Amino acid sequence: MNPEPMHAETDVLVIGSGAAGMYAAIEAARSGCQVLLADRSLIGRGGATVMAQMTVAAALGSESPDHWSHHYDDTLAAGRGLCNEPLAQLLCEEGPDCIRAMDDWGVGWARKDARIAQAMAPGHDRPRCVYVDFLNTGPAVSKTLRTVVNRSGGIRKAGDLCIVDLLRDKTDVVGAAALHLGSGAPVIVSAKATILATGGLTRLYRRNSASANMGGDGYALALRAGASLVDMEFVQFFPIGHLAPRLIGMDPIMWDPFRYKLGGRLLNNRMEEFTQRYGVAEDGKYVITRDIGSYAILKEVEAGRGSPHGGVYLSFQHCPEQALREAFGPVIDRLAANGIDLTRTPIEVAPIAHYHMGGIVADAQMQTDLPGLFAAGEAVGGANGANRLSGNAITEALVFGRRAGRSAADYVRRVWKSPDHADNTHTAIALIAAKGPTRDFNTAAKLQTLQTTMQDNVGALRSQAKIIAAIESISLLARELGDTPPGDGDRFDMRRIEWFDLRNMLLVARVVAEAALARTETRGAQQREDYPQLSADWAFNQTAKLAGGRIELSGGARMFATVTS
Amino acid sequence: MTESATLRIWRGVDKGGGRWETYEVPFERGQSVLDGLRWIRANRDPTLAIRFSCINANACKECMLELDGTTVYACTARLQPREMTLAPLSNKKLLRDLVTEIAPPTERFTGA
Repeated sequence: MNPEPMHAETDVLVIGSGAAGMYAAIEAARSGCQVLLADRSLIGRGGATVMAQMTVAAALGSESPDHWSHHYDDTLAAGRGLCNEPLAQLLCEEGPDCIRAMDDWGVGWARKDARIAQAMAPGHDRPRCVYVDFLNTGPAVSKTLRTVVNRSGGIRKAGDLCIVDLLRDKTDVVGAAALHLGSGAPVIVSAKATILATGGLTRLYRRNSASANMGGDGYALALRAGASLVDMEFVQFFPIGHLAPRLIGMDPIMWDPFRYKLGGRLLNNRMEEFTQRYGVAEDGKYVITRDIGSYAILKEVEAGRGSPHGGVYLSFQHCPEQALREAFGPVIDRLAANGIDLTRTPIEVAPIAHYHMGGIVADAQMQTDLPGLFAAGEAVGGANGANRLSGNAITEALVFGRRAGRSAADYVRRVWKSPDHADNTHTAIALIAAKGPTRDFNTAAKLQTLQTTMQDNVGALRSQAKIIAAIESISLLARELGDTPPGDGDRFDMRRIEWFDLRNMLLVARVVAEAALARTETRGAQQREDYPQLSADWAFNQTAKLAGGRIELSGGARMFATVTS
Repeated sequence: MTESATLRIWRGVDKGGGRWETYEVPFERGQSVLDGLRWIRANRDPTLAIRFSCINANACKECMLELDGTTVYACTARLQPREMTLAPLSNKKLLRDLVTEIAPPTERFTGA
């Protein structure tokens, strides 16, 4: 049985408790607001932040003289002409301040002598990336922010709260309806301002580096509430995700820091370096950008020169054992426990869905196009254009989170007026409490079907035929999903939770596929085999809205409309 | 012949009224217990409740359960080609199957 809805009231509702959500909560509380920090998993342990192993880009000038404008130039160059410039500027200009704030809070950035160490990373013109040893950047950032959240007055924490829909009155977002996983009960949260800090959408892909709660739910919430998304076709694939041998207890993007510190060599099955074929000779240094790296690896596999599991080799065999241990200490033992000795054998790597450049349309105050709704972190679209510069994700989480918290607090103080009755509360609660017929619908299997479809057809190498096949598969899945969640509605009903996940994932997958189909060119993370060149005609961003059940794409002088099933 | 792991799993929403169910899972060297549980959900029974977030990195610390009476993380415990008994944490409030209430009291939603 579903119990009666529970209610909560707050000034600011923050949805998602990665770095962006926690920083937003801290700032809103510091500005005097009551905050409800909600997460569908544990507070401050899910999402992407905790998974980030390295690195965080900011023009601190600690390693060598730097200025935010140089970081900005590199960000725009990586973005292949599509960055939202005010957002990119905010990221670069306020990055150093947030890095210092984190330092003051005791995050423990790695130091050389007394100064904060900054590593060189691909796409940067100088050493700019701070980190926490060993492979501990994300966990350290999460832990530090959790500690600050815990000592800030005015923040209530609500884990296991899965937001199902935003609530709206005639004009404004006025809170959210949620499923409380711990009891199965519907929840109505009335909020004067709401911040979406839900991260990206990498769970749409079979091979991904994300937490299980990164299914693009914030994008779906925003769309259904009437907000716009931008750049949804640009999904970043991290070129050297771990592929084989099976490695447990380690994040699949762990080889990035190894490459930062030690270079490493990318090899095909003839044990030859190959990136020079695709325009970038590495010579033992890590210089290849993510879009070109993914392309080079997939093309090498396609040409029959891949490794046994369908990737390429990454070798550190030329590095002395002592250098490996010096750079990665205890990590070398964790690798040994997995049977991996880097001095003897190369490992296999392949592109893996890692980050979403696209997201919710927001201005430099993190205000979306709906009053009362703000966004923060990876959930925001535009700052990174068609390809994100390495190191910008955590910086963006911190900077945008801080700004969103301040803006939401400002909105609560200066703009907010008592709302009309929320229009869609009844519908949202009815859906959460609905009892579907018991059907033979395996949510876990269907989720894998969607992930395989997206990986194979709307992944790092795309074509019209592949994308159309994906859209057909997504439509079929949406019909099978139906309108009512399955299950008994009691506590922690996995099939029911997964049904709500799929409802969001299928909508977002559809938008990614439609935007990828429309963009008939290759630019950054959008690699079209049938349109292999960058086109000057496509030097604009596409936005997407949901109108009457249809996804409407627009951009430049173009306007498209497609029918959702 | 391909090897398999036999997972004997506690199911139920009430500690007093549960049952044991047994699943055969294809065994591949190097896999984790969590890999086996996710295989069961996708291929045998999607109603099996488990809790995990980061899947592989041992970062989220959500997938704690009892394996043969010992508390482990399902993502770092290796799957083995033998019978393995999986139960929810005995010192935490049961939510369902292998899922328990592991959040500290101040991080739970309480309404109002």
